[in-house]
Amino acid sequence: MIPGISIYELLTVTSILFFIGLYGFITRKNLISILISVELILNASVINFVVINKYLFPDMLQGVVFSLFIIAVAAAETALAVSIIIGLYRQISSVEVKDVETMKH
Amino acid sequence: MERVIFYTLALIMIVFAIASVTSRKMLRSVIYLLFVLCGIAGIYFLIDYNFLAAIQLTVYAGGIIVLIIFSVLLVHHIEMELEIAKTSKQILTAVTCLIGLGVFLTTIFSHDFNVVENSMTTTTTEIGTKLLSYGEGGFILPFEVISVLLLAAMIGAIIIAKGKKLTDKKTI
Repeated sequence: MIPGISIYELLTVTSILFFIGLYGFITRKNLISILISVELILNASVINFVVINKYLFPDMLQGVVFSLFIIAVAAAETALAVSIIIGLYRQISSVEVKDVETMKH
Repeated sequence: MERVIFYTLALIMIVFAIASVTSRKMLRSVIYLLFVLCGIAGIYFLIDYNFLAAIQLTVYAGGIIVLIIFSVLLVHHIEMELEIAKTSKQILTAVTCLIGLGVFLTTIFSHDFNVVENSMTTTTTEIGTKLLSYGEGGFILPFEVISVLLLAAMIGAIIIAKGKKLTDKKTI
């Protein structure tokens, strides 16, 4: 644990990061910006796993292992999303959310 | 000392996160995200998980940011400005997010955590043994599943990105 820093301060910081990500996720109109916001949300949750593991159960490793898995899934998700965005740009020359509705046909 | 470092990191992270979701220039918002990720790696260093900090720096700052920058450069002109949501929608979303944050913080601060005072360091050896152990509480099955998932994501990304050419070849 960090000397002099309580768990409340760390959890406050991660909550603020999570809601900034949520705000970006709702207001941005662009697929890549939405991807950036999702990265922020995932990172906030990873810090939560690590902090709770370190402060409440320091002799266990579950939080660290799960954060490794979250990072791996985030990497896979980003790779797939980027390839989908590039394929979409080839088809409709745009990455705006409002133009993507042609995908549903 | 740690207090100063932590508050500096927290301030940097929050300011750059806000800049990243509000900047209208695509490439700048990616670079702001890079600063946020480096700040998170700093938090891991502070909390004494060196392995996780290294993973964060290599996978996020080294891999994911480069991927996103590539996609930005492939689909945008660098100086292109983005269209943003209407001001009324932005204000509504901000108020909703603030209410949600208030609910989160009241829940967190009213909960009494059983904090264990400790100064243990976790070595990479322990994490590796835990990941590969077959015994009670081992993580060998999720580890293998995640490797298969990464392989599937890689093949899927190649097929989606190549798309037309592959299917054309099949029909001939």
